[in-house]
Amino acid sequence: MTISRAEVEHIALLSRLSPSEAELERLTHDLAEILAFVAKLSELDLSEVPPTSHPVALVNVTAPDEVEPSLDNDTALRNAPSRQGPFFRTPKIVDAG
Amino acid sequence: MVEILFQPVHQLTELLRRKELSSEELVRAALERIRARDGEIHAFNCVLEEEALATARQVDQLRARGEILPPFAGVPIALKDNLCMAGTRTTCSSRMLENFVSPYDATVVAKIKAAMLPILGKTNLDEFAMGSSTENSAFGPTRNPHDVTRIPGGSSGGSAAAVAAGMAPWALGSDTGGSIRQPAALCGVCGMKPTYGRVSRYGLVAFASSLDQIGPFTRDARDMAALLGIIAGHDPRDSTSINQPVPDYARELSGDVSGMKLGIPKEYFVEGNHPEVEAAVRAAIATMEQLGAEVREISLPHTSYATPAYYIICTAEASSNLARYDGVVYSHRTREPVADIVEMFRKSRTEGFGDEVKRRIMLGTYVLSAGFYDAYYLTASRVRTLLCRDFEAAFKEVDLVVCPTSPIPAFKLGEKTADPLEMYLCDVYTTSLNLAGLPGMSIPCGKTREGLPIGVQIIGGVLREGEILRLADAYLG
Repeated sequence: MTISRAEVEHIALLSRLSPSEAELERLTHDLAEILAFVAKLSELDLSEVPPTSHPVALVNVTAPDEVEPSLDNDTALRNAPSRQGPFFRTPKIVDAG
Repeated sequence: MVEILFQPVHQLTELLRRKELSSEELVRAALERIRARDGEIHAFNCVLEEEALATARQVDQLRARGEILPPFAGVPIALKDNLCMAGTRTTCSSRMLENFVSPYDATVVAKIKAAMLPILGKTNLDEFAMGSSTENSAFGPTRNPHDVTRIPGGSSGGSAAAVAAGMAPWALGSDTGGSIRQPAALCGVCGMKPTYGRVSRYGLVAFASSLDQIGPFTRDARDMAALLGIIAGHDPRDSTSINQPVPDYARELSGDVSGMKLGIPKEYFVEGNHPEVEAAVRAAIATMEQLGAEVREISLPHTSYATPAYYIICTAEASSNLARYDGVVYSHRTREPVADIVEMFRKSRTEGFGDEVKRRIMLGTYVLSAGFYDAYYLTASRVRTLLCRDFEAAFKEVDLVVCPTSPIPAFKLGEKTADPLEMYLCDVYTTSLNLAGLPGMSIPCGKTREGLPIGVQIIGGVLREGEILRLADAYLG
């Protein structure tokens, strides 16, 4: 299985990355190599094997519905790249037009 | 005072208890050692001198007053810089989190504080724990104390090097595919990845959540038993943590391994092992046999599929976990002008992440994307079942499995950075344990003619850390 340059550009968009031209070249090459490496798994007949998503069998771990102390507003905002009053500030996300 | 820094913690604790040494003296010696050696080694991203000294003085005062202290109070420790400690920076060795100050303590950090261990600082790692050499740090590589032209292993290379260089008596790291065991082997110290869920992951910056586990670096098995006992246990804040009592691991250290059945997996003794590594591991197994253990060859037939499956699963989980770094709530935000928020996300992430992290996010996004999920992620998850079954079958026959930790000793800086696949193959003997959730420990078993440390890996069944420690302790003597 190989990967095309166009696919890599699409994956970059989904990944919210903007690789440069040189990085796209490199990534297309590297991803193709890694995909060829992992293709080894297709040697196995897995039709009767169930998947494991988690090594420890756990079912529906729930917590009591109780209010516990959490970060106050100012602490929660302390690492914000940009803030305004009690809010995180971002570029406009809804187009008024 | 330098020699003292190479003594195991259980001996330091005796000196502290007998008041032949104060915690402040011990912490000052460690800080002095860091000043002398870390310019070259670069094990630490930050040193918390004042905090460590404050804890040390508090321990000394309480001891002087005759108060009852936790058993290892006053012995300093280093923490991998992906563990949150309130009021300190947790950078994950990434530009993305260069200025991130943790607002809370990870559960293990709270336990370390409750045990009154002075925290010396935060150690270097491959960015977001992705790598096997600590060269992927945005702040520069860590060097191996045994040969500074070589890598210390990774991703917890800073913690391993700190212990190996006598800058810390013990340390914590995290292990997603070998990131504690491989650097422990390459730096000549002990390193354990406990059973998945044995130690709470709350406050560990997530890389691949179904694989990540925190564990200790120490000089011997006795210290390993002690530090594992301090950090293990159920935590309601980590719903994947195991709700089982923590045994007194020190009681396992009987020195008696007679009749213990050890399986030697033939798939781990194949072409590709460095000849001196293979010879040292075989010699270690022979010693274990002389100590009374029964040794037999076993097969873990799907071993060669573990690393390909691992790189699908860990990148898939990483692409999801690292989606949170968008420059909104915390993490790096671009200073470039942006037209809209998607451009802000893309520019911030492109500036903040290094090459290997980007490569893994891209691969993980690809294997989870529409049309490819079944071929990659689902397939890898089925292979994971086969790996679990391999070990289940093995542990019906034997108590522990013994094999090399890493096929090769420490390599030169820059030797494997050009080819990501070559770096991934450093993990061939470690990834299967993370996929199966099993505990494993690397202990030193000699050196190459060039003086590079070699590690032997002991693998146990779920929650069988005690048996691993018993064998490790008997072997290390």
